[in-house]
Amino acid sequence: MGGADPAESAQWAVEMSDAAVRLGGSEIWSGVDFQAREGELVAVLGPNGAGKSTLLHVLLGLLAPSKGSVRVLGGAPGAHNEQIGYLPQRRVFDETTRVRGVDLVRMGLDGSRWGVPLPAVGPWASRARAARARVQEAIGQVGAEEYARRPIGECSGGEQQRLLIAQALVRRPRMLILDEPLDGLDIPNQVAVTALVQRICREQGVAVLLVAHDVNPLLPYLDRILYLAGGKALAGTPEQVITGETLSALYGTPIEVLRTADGRMVVVGHPEGHHAHGPRHVLG
Amino acid sequence: MEPHLSINPVSDIEALFSYPFMVNALEAGTIVAVMAAMVGWLMVVRRESFAGHTLSLMSFPGAALAALVGWPLVSGYYVFCVGGALAIAVGGEGGALSGGHSAGDRRARGRRERTQESAATGAVQAGALALGFVFLSLYGGVLEDLETLMFGSFLGIDSAQVLTLGVVALVVLAGLALAGRPLLLASVDETVARARGVPVQALSVAFLVMLGLAVAATAQITGALLVFALLVAPAASAQQLTARIGLGLALSVALAVAVTWVGLGLSYFTNLPVGFLITTLAFLVYLAARVRGRAA
Ligand SMILES: Nc1ncnc2c1ncn2[C@@H]1O[C@H](COP(=O)(O)OP(=O)(O)O)[C@@H](O)[C@H]1O
Ligand SMILES: [Mg+2]
Repeated sequence: MGGADPAESAQWAVEMSDAAVRLGGSEIWSGVDFQAREGELVAVLGPNGAGKSTLLHVLLGLLAPSKGSVRVLGGAPGAHNEQIGYLPQRRVFDETTRVRGVDLVRMGLDGSRWGVPLPAVGPWASRARAARARVQEAIGQVGAEEYARRPIGECSGGEQQRLLIAQALVRRPRMLILDEPLDGLDIPNQVAVTALVQRICREQGVAVLLVAHDVNPLLPYLDRILYLAGGKALAGTPEQVITGETLSALYGTPIEVLRTADGRMVVVGHPEGHHAHGPRHVLG
Repeated sequence: MEPHLSINPVSDIEALFSYPFMVNALEAGTIVAVMAAMVGWLMVVRRESFAGHTLSLMSFPGAALAALVGWPLVSGYYVFCVGGALAIAVGGEGGALSGGHSAGDRRARGRRERTQESAATGAVQAGALALGFVFLSLYGGVLEDLETLMFGSFLGIDSAQVLTLGVVALVVLAGLALAGRPLLLASVDETVARARGVPVQALSVAFLVMLGLAVAATAQITGALLVFALLVAPAASAQQLTARIGLGLALSVALAVAVTWVGLGLSYFTNLPVGFLITTLAFLVYLAARVRGRAA
């Protein structure tokens, strides 16, 4: 998977074993065993409050697990954050945010550096040019050229989301961690962002971990799924995880997994699903 | 010395520069304007105008305490503005600190922290004003030069004071140059900043201290009551006019310096308090910027 050289692709992007996390004295989830390889596309699913964002915080080293072991890109959580592009759960910039999209993307590149940016003259000119070109490239990858120079607060939700994905992409990360990247987007934008993420994963061998509410639009692309619900986790390939029994047990409500004549799967009755009544997305 | 505005602007300006106190005032005003404009720009981006306003009011108890114990007024400004900055920082982060790093949902946490911070800021503001009145009544009467204290003056700024202002400005500007980018990232996108290893909490305290220093310095020109104008108006005007970072900072500085120079000049010729003039000019600039920003 991913197409990088075999030694690389054999590496684990994420390894969690018997991991648990506590917040404010209560256990959010426990007994999480989960692995994902580099270059894989992984969905983290589960109802609101299941601890999906918390899991991402653990992977980023912002929060220590209370039990078990967690490794990310072969190191302790947080050790390789400079190789991770992170999109936190949806932030909306209102029109009082007077920063341009292009500057926001630039912050992804060198916004955490100390000191003033190097001037674009003399010996630094070529590096400054390269940085600008990289920012442009990332903006091009998400197709945001048209509005990247507008104040971010004046961009629509979908436009903001694309620029933020460009911000996560701008350092050519080995792994992308996206917290509900499709939330608040209309269907065409959801489809476009899903396609974009899938393309980056396949073409550049970037491991992608994304939190989503509705599995159906993603099902055709997923290598692995991690379900969180009721303090427990369920992980595996879509074929392993997406069955009527496992999902019904996990959510505690009847969920059906239908198979079309050509063998593709559709989840119906998913409590978070928006397409439960008319699924069009099926697993190939 | 009875200044008169003649018809000849060149001789007017020559007259201005012929007095050492006026040269001191212009130097001090320029230093203060540059610092206030840059710190103010970040203050607006960080949405910490309430903290900035609270710190501006700190000059009042600061000056009253200094008068009471017989220190120079300026030392009272610095003590109270920096102390106030630390009080706001501690009050605002008390909740976050006790919650420790175990706090999970960073968005909810950010919101909680902000509410906590503005409640703490309000408390600091009320406490400071109360203290100011206590000091003032203990002092037993009216502060000499109360008007100067409140509304500013270009008189009586000596070269030692200019030097002190220069040193304070250098410290603040060096701090901004060093921490500017991480500070901006943390202001716009706290969670991403944390994930990238930016010490968000320490930077937020450091910024409040820089804000306190800038306020204490600015109060010496504009007076305690009108600091906020120079801190907020040029920055907010610049943000109306451009969303570019570098250009915005440059515009903010240019507007602050222009307003200060014109304010000092007019004050010399009209005998109106300089703080009043600077505030009026800054407000007019902001109005114009809003009208332009809307039209654009
Ligand atoms: N500081 C905290 N103390 C206690 N519980 C918290 C804290 N922060 C978040 N939680 C709880 O942790 C759970 C998981 O939250 P989160 O990871 O944001 O869920 P999800 O992203 O799956 O919607 C929620 O039930 C939330 O209420
Ligand atoms: Mg979440």
